[in-house]
Amino acid sequence: MATQTIAHGEQQRVNYLNWKTTVASWLFTYDHKRIGILYLVSITIFFLLGGIAAALIRMELATPKGDLLTSDVYNKMFTIHGVLMIFFFLVPSIPAVFGNFVLPMMIGARDVAFPRLNLLSWYFFMVGALLATIALVKGGIDTGWTFYTPYSSSFAKGEVSLAIVGVFLAGFSSIFTGINFLVTIHKMRAPGMTWFRLPLFVWAMYATSLIQVLGTPVVAITLLLVAVERSLRIGIFDPNLGGDPILYQHLFWFYSHPAVYIMILPGMGVISEVISAFSKKRVFGYHFVAFASLAIAIIGFLVWGHHMFSTGQSIYASILFSFLTFLVAIPSAIKTFNWMATIWKGRVHWEAPMIYALGFMGLFVIGGLTGLYLAAMATNVHLTDTYFIVAHFHYVMVGGAIMAYLAALHFWWPKMTGRMYPQSWAKLSALLVFVGFNLTFFPQFILGYMGMPRRYHSYPEEWAALNLLSSAGASVLGIGYLLPAIYLVWSLKYGRVVTERNPWGARGLEWELVDTPPDPHNFERTPIVTRPAYDYGHPEEPTGIIPKPRPVVVGGKDG
Amino acid sequence: MWNIPFVPPTASQEAVGISWLYWVITALSVFFGGIVLFGAIFLAVKYRAGNQNVDRSNATDSDLRLELSWTLIPLILAIAIFGWAAKLYGDIYAPREGGYYEVFVVGKQWMWHCQHPNGVRENNELTLPAGQLIKATIISQDVIHAFSIPAFRVKRDAVPGRYNAMYFTPTVPGEYHLFCTEYCGTKHSEMIGKVRVLPPDEFEKWLQSGGAGAAAAPMSLEEQGKQLFTKLACNTCHMNPNSAVKAPDLNGLYGHEVKLADGRTVKADDAYIRESILNPGAKIVAGYQNQMPPYQGQIKEEEIIALIAYIKSLAQAGGGN
Repeated sequence: MATQTIAHGEQQRVNYLNWKTTVASWLFTYDHKRIGILYLVSITIFFLLGGIAAALIRMELATPKGDLLTSDVYNKMFTIHGVLMIFFFLVPSIPAVFGNFVLPMMIGARDVAFPRLNLLSWYFFMVGALLATIALVKGGIDTGWTFYTPYSSSFAKGEVSLAIVGVFLAGFSSIFTGINFLVTIHKMRAPGMTWFRLPLFVWAMYATSLIQVLGTPVVAITLLLVAVERSLRIGIFDPNLGGDPILYQHLFWFYSHPAVYIMILPGMGVISEVISAFSKKRVFGYHFVAFASLAIAIIGFLVWGHHMFSTGQSIYASILFSFLTFLVAIPSAIKTFNWMATIWKGRVHWEAPMIYALGFMGLFVIGGLTGLYLAAMATNVHLTDTYFIVAHFHYVMVGGAIMAYLAALHFWWPKMTGRMYPQSWAKLSALLVFVGFNLTFFPQFILGYMGMPRRYHSYPEEWAALNLLSSAGASVLGIGYLLPAIYLVWSLKYGRVVTERNPWGARGLEWELVDTPPDPHNFERTPIVTRPAYDYGHPEEPTGIIPKPRPVVVGGKDG
Repeated sequence: MWNIPFVPPTASQEAVGISWLYWVITALSVFFGGIVLFGAIFLAVKYRAGNQNVDRSNATDSDLRLELSWTLIPLILAIAIFGWAAKLYGDIYAPREGGYYEVFVVGKQWMWHCQHPNGVRENNELTLPAGQLIKATIISQDVIHAFSIPAFRVKRDAVPGRYNAMYFTPTVPGEYHLFCTEYCGTKHSEMIGKVRVLPPDEFEKWLQSGGAGAAAAPMSLEEQGKQLFTKLACNTCHMNPNSAVKAPDLNGLYGHEVKLADGRTVKADDAYIRESILNPGAKIVAGYQNQMPPYQGQIKEEEIIALIAYIKSLAQAGGGN
């Protein structure tokens, strides 16, 4: 097999893309890399659909009157936008695409621990997505992505239960991925890959997987209870049936606040990789960055009540939740300062992934700092459920997580596809996203401070100018997101062919020891890791080596 | 054309403190955000790969003193902000014993119904006196709403089945936005209104004339409650010495401790009385049978508020039990 490959020359080298090309070979693949690509294609579709809904929302809000859409259609649009973007784009985005694609390579494994479960998770995701899409197409639902009771369980019309079952199934996809990564990281590290030699992306994915495994079952069951109350009229959340609507919020946010960290932690992992690779320097304070991920995952489970400061929960509970929320901000600050220190005295290459990473830092810092206003109880009361919240979580989850997703896409694209995209277009789009994003969402902080409530279809005249600015910015942002879709697809056919393993000169097993595009089994043989991660100080020393094959003893007892 | 506001009016005592907190957090954010934003760009430009004329010696990748300083300094600042904000939060939400003017707010799809103690009712409007501490008791009749007055920097969720309260002191006469800030269905964005703050003497005049447009002073909440008490036939058993059914005495009940059949003791507050009307079986007074029909679904939130006002008025009437 190997000799045959060499005989046909470099172009014909067998890789994970060309070794089988039938549709069935993709739909029934156990290869973590192909599953990553399946996720990439599917979530791109949901990003597009969610983006269309966002465009309609911003068009409606360009003027104060609710004149473009009816109230009902508008309410359905922000529900579609939220449900698709959160459950079917952001939660799976970096973990399911890049976690799947690079995590096994990073630790020197030939696949994840449970390849069949990995494929099953994609099918759960797709069936869930299909059900949710059917619910949205069959007249839509208007509950908002938060499904607050008793509105969702006793008042809202439409296929709420169907959408909930869709989210429930997607939740299990997320749990499966989490289990897979936890076991893979524990059991499948190559010899020599100690815990403190792991790339920080792996630490971030470990923390993310913990949240997925521990948090997702709670929201899955909670949403199912909403469907049960809706269909069987058993009183759980509706006070008219003897239930408690605030109980729903506790259960929902017990997952959905940590879910924010499911979206941002993998992004932070990507940023550690990219900043290090393009500064040609080891990540500053490796241990602090690694443990910051774990601290965020653990403390993140204890802060959910800050979504409920105005609901009437006990003042003492609020005080505790507020304090813990301030605490969870600290690890994020630690990470940010360490990234800065990584750049210090590095050799910075201003390539597209690095520009996306710098953009991430800018937007994430604003998103993180505006979280302080919401951790603080008194300002939270004024700002909660206003556009300040909308701006804040878009800075974190769109500015932060999607910037990191794009950084990851541009960083690993040549490894995934064997093609390079045009750098100047990529840099331009990074700039457009950054500028467009700020134009769209910064005015919303001001609107929120003035009290403009979220999920409003119309609003008072005096806020027209800032809203118009926000809508104008959204169109710049839209172009910034469309451009990569165009030039990346273009590059698949016309981009420069990349045959070298390490086009960026980065450290890490996936760059140093894996072919471009990767072999179906990543490594010829399981590598032995010899150096810590990001060892840019010793360019002559490889991070790991592929051991020589053991001599085959014919008839030997190991045969 | 260029009259574009960037900050909300500051029209209550609470708004002053919360605005200060807001701007202090803003100043800290600009400072730290500025360090990171411009620091990262500055470093990335200074240490660009092409620049050979820069000192890269002694580059290190860990430094405990640095790690500790960027952990502890933000932590100390965070704790200070936490404490300050918690104090201001308590000012709005911590229960108070008296000294306030109480208004009742009922949210329903899609309007606000506000009720003054003397019986004046307002829809999607709330008129308040300047310089007076206000207690707003808020509840919803259907889904969750939230009662938000940005100019006062206060809001409170209107939750079905639960009385929530908030306290604030309007200071500047004028008209301010009132919003529903918890998504509540189709016309969520039309569940809006006005809060009108009047100087105390004008407010008194307005209140005595029965509010906007009313010819005569309406019946007070207390009297409305008394009437309902008869209309709903509560008086067949309660407050009726000749009743065949033994029902707990309501004289002197409000605000006092009640011994329950299961041995617990509860305070007879608004929430207790509301529950006992809607679902009498939930908490049975020691020595009594559960013979009262539940009023769940039979009675509007406004009527419950009137009944509570009446029962409250009976607190002064007797010695209690």
